[in-house]
Amino acid sequence: MLAFVIRRLMQGVIVMLVVGFIAFSLFNFVGDPVSLMLPPEATQADREQMRGVLGLDKPFYVQFVTFITNAVQGNFGISLRLGRPVSALLVERLPATLELAIAAALIGLFVGIPVGVYTALKRNSWISQAMLTTSLVGVSLPNFLIGIFLILTFAVWLGWLPSFGRGDTVKIGAWSTGLLTTSGLKALILPSITLGFFPVTLIMRLVRSEMMEVLRTDYIKFAKARGLTTRAINFGHALKNTLVPVITITGLQLGGIIAFAIITETVFQWPGMGLLFIQAVQFADIPVMAAYLCLIGFIFVVINLVVDILYYVVDPRLRIDRSTAGH
Amino acid sequence: MDALRRFFDGDVFFSFKHSPAVMIAFALMTTCILAAVLAPWVAPHNPFDLKTLNLLDAFTPPSWTARGNPTYLLGTDDQGRDVLSTIIFGSRMSLLVGLLATLLAMVLGVSLGLLAGYAGGKVDAFIMRVADIQLSFPAILIALLVDGLARVALPREMHDQLALYVLVLAIAASGWVRYARTVRGSTLVERNKEYVQAARVIGRHPLAIMFTHVLPNALGPVLVLVTLHIGEAIITEATLSFLGVGVPPTQPSLGTLIRIGNDFLFSGEWWITVFPGAALVTLVLSINVLGDWLRDALNPKLR
Repeated sequence: MLAFVIRRLMQGVIVMLVVGFIAFSLFNFVGDPVSLMLPPEATQADREQMRGVLGLDKPFYVQFVTFITNAVQGNFGISLRLGRPVSALLVERLPATLELAIAAALIGLFVGIPVGVYTALKRNSWISQAMLTTSLVGVSLPNFLIGIFLILTFAVWLGWLPSFGRGDTVKIGAWSTGLLTTSGLKALILPSITLGFFPVTLIMRLVRSEMMEVLRTDYIKFAKARGLTTRAINFGHALKNTLVPVITITGLQLGGIIAFAIITETVFQWPGMGLLFIQAVQFADIPVMAAYLCLIGFIFVVINLVVDILYYVVDPRLRIDRSTAGH
Repeated sequence: MDALRRFFDGDVFFSFKHSPAVMIAFALMTTCILAAVLAPWVAPHNPFDLKTLNLLDAFTPPSWTARGNPTYLLGTDDQGRDVLSTIIFGSRMSLLVGLLATLLAMVLGVSLGLLAGYAGGKVDAFIMRVADIQLSFPAILIALLVDGLARVALPREMHDQLALYVLVLAIAASGWVRYARTVRGSTLVERNKEYVQAARVIGRHPLAIMFTHVLPNALGPVLVLVTLHIGEAIITEATLSFLGVGVPPTQPSLGTLIRIGNDFLFSGEWWITVFPGAALVTLVLSINVLGDWLRDALNPKLR
């Protein structure tokens, strides 16, 4: 177990170093950071001094180590577009993105699981067929079109819900939440449905196929033979055994949801990290791009690590397989 | 003639004849592709010829509504461009980028997969490790990253000229892994077969063995992957263009058109967004339905 965790950790560190290196190259090789930071009328002496201050006269590997040390402490410099420290910008935007992502993941679970169970139990009913077709169509729809369609219907035509921004937010310490005000909750509805659409279809199909597999097993037959009620069999026995993969997949998806939030945040002008990133790409705001890259890389590495360890804990077959195969 | 008859009597055509959804999808896709290829002749107006544009015609609603103008079937956008024509030219751009990106991803992935499977050892471990790492990040993020890097690296005045190639490269870089994995798998099987050993014994160059002997036998599943990848590549392109980091507005794709129209959603000009969106959905959905069908029809195990 320990060896497995250490190997995974090492792999995570390597991935982070690669991501850090890409971010570092963004800073140092792409464009000239000195001319980016100084006004155009700066003299040669100013430039040399700035080089010294930034440490650009030092050898390459020293610069890389300095960059990594700063990055670990959350210091990514100052945004070229907004003129404020990047770490402060990211911390400010983080709550918006996390609230949106978690709402979307919850929608995925609370809609995806019941629908998946229903379509597995009533395989031939027309509702199941309709749900499956919808999910198939939904997968080939670009996510931003779903958002635009929702805005058009519920914000423009019906006028029920707001279509952009976060509504009123309440500050709890450093965390600004939109969950405590009515306008904040209303503003969350459309973006979270848009972002939750893909997780719903994924979880629904996963639960359906797992459920159908489990329902064929011997212990379900035995439960039937024991005369348990259908309800107890379906929910107490079958569903419980399908949930392990569902929870791990949802966990893995959380990183994807945070990344996909870039699109949803652009459609709804949701003031999160994704919107910050996309504006940084458009304006070539390198410090923000680099910081976002490192943060997203870190989130992915942590999620993958946790899921790997969970698999290892939950599924004993993995352990046996590894010890005999001698990896 | 004989080959044609065999095709029409064969299983693939039989299953085509018996599923209306596939036939509709085929008809829609052919229409889209034909319209896109023949855009300059098919489109009722040339949306990029500034001389013919009239700003007084801007924001004309579709022709069947009260204020509509019969010359503009689906209405006009903010610059007075005919929406139907921009859609036809836009789908041309979308298809072009989607096809080129898929092709590049395939060439890249197949070559790397072949190399990994045939060379084995450290090369294999390295390529597959990179593939694993990349697979744990969503494709759209990789594409955005490549696109963002290119944007920073290239001088500003070259952006618009190179935007198309950057976009193709970004989408291809996010999609090569599936090909590499598949081809590596089949190469691992093929490389120990007798014909490969024979080729090695008579002293053929490893590259020649890889590409002329192993590759043809590993290509089957790749074709199925391609059909399913095209739709995805078109969606990725549309998403990047929608986010404002795709093709320049002077040569809009469907994604750019949707982005432009999105600004006018609130003032009631819904047609500027809705029609390009519908065109994108029709195109991608019909390609995906055909791809799914082709995968099942060509796979005898599923029958």
